[in-house]
Amino acid sequence: MFQVRIHGRGGQGVVTATEMLSVAAFEEGRHAQAFPSFGSERTGAPVVAFCRIDDKEIRLREPIMEPDALIIQDPTLLHQIDVFAGLKTNGYVLINTHHSFEEIGLGDFARGHPPERLCTLAATALGLKHIGRPIPNMPLLAGFAALSGLIRLESVVKAINQKFSGKIAEGNVAAATEAYESVKKEMEERAHA
Amino acid sequence: MPYQPVKFYQTGTFTVGNRLLAPDERSVQSSRMRSNSINSGHRACQGCGEALGARYAIDAAMAASDGQLIAVNATGCLEVFSTPYPESSWQVPWIHSLFGNAPAVATGVAAAMKVKGRQEVRVVAQGGDGGTTDIGFGCLSGMFERNDDVLYICYDNEAYMNTGVQRSSATPPAARTATTMPVGPEPGNVFGQGKNVPEIAMAHGIPYVATATVADLRDLEYKVRKAMSMHGARYIQIFVPCPLGFGTASHDTIRIARLARETGMFPVFEAEHGEVTGVLKIRHKVAVEEYLQPQKRFAHLFGKHPHPETVARLQAIADRNIRKYGLLEKESD
Amino acid sequence: MLKQTEGSKAVAEAIALCRPEVICAYPISPQTHIVEALGEMVKSGELTPCEFINVESEFAAMSVAIGSSAAGARSYTATASQGLLFMVEAVYNAAGLGLPIVMTVANRAIGAPINIWNDHSDSLSQRDSGWMQLFAETNQEAVDLHIQAFRLAEELSMPVMVCMDGFILTHAFERVDIPSQEQVDSYLPPFDPRQVLDPAEPVSIGAMVGPEAFMEVKYLAHAKQMQALGLIQQLASEFRTTFGRDSGGLVRTYRADDAETMVVAMGSVLGTIKDTVDEMRDEGHKIGVLGITSYRPFPQREVRAALQNCKRFVVLEKSLAVGMGGIAATDVRMAVTGSGLKGFTAIAGLGGRAIPKASLHRLFREVEQEDLAPVTFLDLDRDAVNKQLEREKQTRRSGPIAENILYDKGISSTAKFG
Repeated sequence: MFQVRIHGRGGQGVVTATEMLSVAAFEEGRHAQAFPSFGSERTGAPVVAFCRIDDKEIRLREPIMEPDALIIQDPTLLHQIDVFAGLKTNGYVLINTHHSFEEIGLGDFARGHPPERLCTLAATALGLKHIGRPIPNMPLLAGFAALSGLIRLESVVKAINQKFSGKIAEGNVAAATEAYESVKKEMEERAHA
Repeated sequence: MPYQPVKFYQTGTFTVGNRLLAPDERSVQSSRMRSNSINSGHRACQGCGEALGARYAIDAAMAASDGQLIAVNATGCLEVFSTPYPESSWQVPWIHSLFGNAPAVATGVAAAMKVKGRQEVRVVAQGGDGGTTDIGFGCLSGMFERNDDVLYICYDNEAYMNTGVQRSSATPPAARTATTMPVGPEPGNVFGQGKNVPEIAMAHGIPYVATATVADLRDLEYKVRKAMSMHGARYIQIFVPCPLGFGTASHDTIRIARLARETGMFPVFEAEHGEVTGVLKIRHKVAVEEYLQPQKRFAHLFGKHPHPETVARLQAIADRNIRKYGLLEKESD
Repeated sequence: MLKQTEGSKAVAEAIALCRPEVICAYPISPQTHIVEALGEMVKSGELTPCEFINVESEFAAMSVAIGSSAAGARSYTATASQGLLFMVEAVYNAAGLGLPIVMTVANRAIGAPINIWNDHSDSLSQRDSGWMQLFAETNQEAVDLHIQAFRLAEELSMPVMVCMDGFILTHAFERVDIPSQEQVDSYLPPFDPRQVLDPAEPVSIGAMVGPEAFMEVKYLAHAKQMQALGLIQQLASEFRTTFGRDSGGLVRTYRADDAETMVVAMGSVLGTIKDTVDEMRDEGHKIGVLGITSYRPFPQREVRAALQNCKRFVVLEKSLAVGMGGIAATDVRMAVTGSGLKGFTAIAGLGGRAIPKASLHRLFREVEQEDLAPVTFLDLDRDAVNKQLEREKQTRRSGPIAENILYDKGISSTAKFG
């Protein structure tokens, strides 16, 4: 079983992101379970949501305390809550920022972690560029697909087209595609470096 | 329903709605073919205004709907005296659920009729003043606001008579009830701000709101008929004296109801979409003492230790009603 | 059709397939998504003929359902927590009148302190209301139980609550097989009421009944639930025939054959329990599970049969009978009276407290060793409790309990910044 935890703030589409991740996994014939942290959080408050992916029925209902991957939708949360709590050794981490791990004060953390499991992505900018709103969730999901290889970009695109239609769907697909390619490129460059 | 001609025990012309008039001018009550919705043999007290008011209203609604009527009842005297199984007096399909939910139950019945395409079936909900102005008020307002296709009739006898005459929000100031005893420096019910539910109903902008009394049969039947000619939420509040709670003789029920209107204590009017469209005029204004004195619930205002200042305050309320609704028939009219 | 969807959305689709004629909606978390989805279906014309009524309170929601059901329309509503409590008078009334209303309860704690998270206090508070109560383990089962619930309700002319864990199920995206309209139509015939308000045949419903007949009316409600014990099994088996799936029934066991220790529970926590039991089985522990689907009627015989071969059991429940202990546990222990079995009660997950596998491992080992109090509280912070008890000893005006507890746990904002 692969467990993903997404941290963000109310209004950033955190819950939607886990739901879409579960839909993308379902599209690939896998079992998936997405659920929010069930707060009554208002816009701007810290929000966490979870997604489990497996090849058999998922029965477990506990919150994800030891994630295989973390997606951080808002880097300002790093100073507010322990987003890394329980992260599995060598787990994946994707952070929404145009800075590097070093620049946001995570240099020590990054040095002790396999580089192919870490990535940053300026997802808010991608959201603004393609959707016209600072919503980073779909670019991050696609970036996560590129980083982890857990799901394919086309499954993310399928999930987007199920949830949205028209211009919003097009914008999200464009943002996701660019995010996917950008992360893929960065990972390749890093592998060759 | 098998046809059961009504036997008239009453005599005189008033009691059965001028049955000596031409047929098309007669009241529903004067017809031996009326549905007699609440059959005789029920357990209401002698002289019960509510039993009379309910029969007048439901018979009129039955006539207006061609017998296609379902009645919903709140808990209260009417429900208790009319039903104990297997002796139900109701000649119409009838449901009682709770004290405070008759408007909502009626909404449900109306929704069922709509969804089943039986819009010829009309729905009437009814309750006393306690079930309407107090405990059922939330559901009533909800039903009004949605403009559900329900005629709600409140039989107003100004207290919780079923449980032994306790104060409701419709109890007039100074009245004695079991919870507002005539003791202390300000005996009887407090002078609050009152709760004018017909006006609150009007504030919802519903198609039709009216008040009526059991003393004015033709006016009452006209209002029920008019309400039944409309769709959406409609509200009629009928003044029904309670001999037990008012402390009046059982043969005085109609007289007391008439005095309530003629003093201005109970203004009789109708309104459409929130605007008053008609009032039942007072031909000869009567002083409130004439209305208050025959009622034991006001006895402490008179006698050895009278409270003329309280009577004056009640007179002021009546005068305000008369001014506000233009109840007085002017000489020039 | 198999799809990945939210629990509430799936339930709304299942309800729509049952062709409800009147739906009353009042918002309360975590039930709201269900009626929102249904409202949209009615508004768009996808679900027709159906009246969707936005009422002004839960009391009105149940009251509207009483009216519409008595007038012969298939009626549905959904609620949770405070909402269920707000409609209690009408809940009892619907059962007393014998109206086959179906209601989803998205299980949530009851305040004060106000809490929107999951436990079973709401439904269990209505255990004696005369409603049948079916508990779903997964969203698939929630879908299936609703379809069965309408049949159960209408065949017995008694109301049914389908209970599903708030948030944990209602807000979870997982795969659900939504049946086809043809399947549901073949399983669920149109509503043929036993009593109906109809001008063509006037009846009085809900009149006063005195001591001479009240006992019999109440006994019949009990007798119907006893009938339901058979009917629920029959409906589950017919469901399997039509839909090709096991769902519903009275109870279900898991790895119970040679179990010396049994864990009894209801609802979605059964999943976590089964995972824990699998891990313990791998280590050689003889432990099994009994899931109760039908809480009312309570299947005493089946519970007894499922437990009779074990040595001890623990009832893990998300509810608390204050001043007593367990609610479901009392029923389970009643079912095994005279068997000499050792029974324990574990109160867990109140107000959404997570029930992690790690805690269950610890608890189940203690049960195996019979090394715990008859009533225990899973993951209770004893220190916080003792601190407050000490505070109350020391100070007369000790203040609001909930705030003190949060302060002691260092969670309150005043504790951090004040």
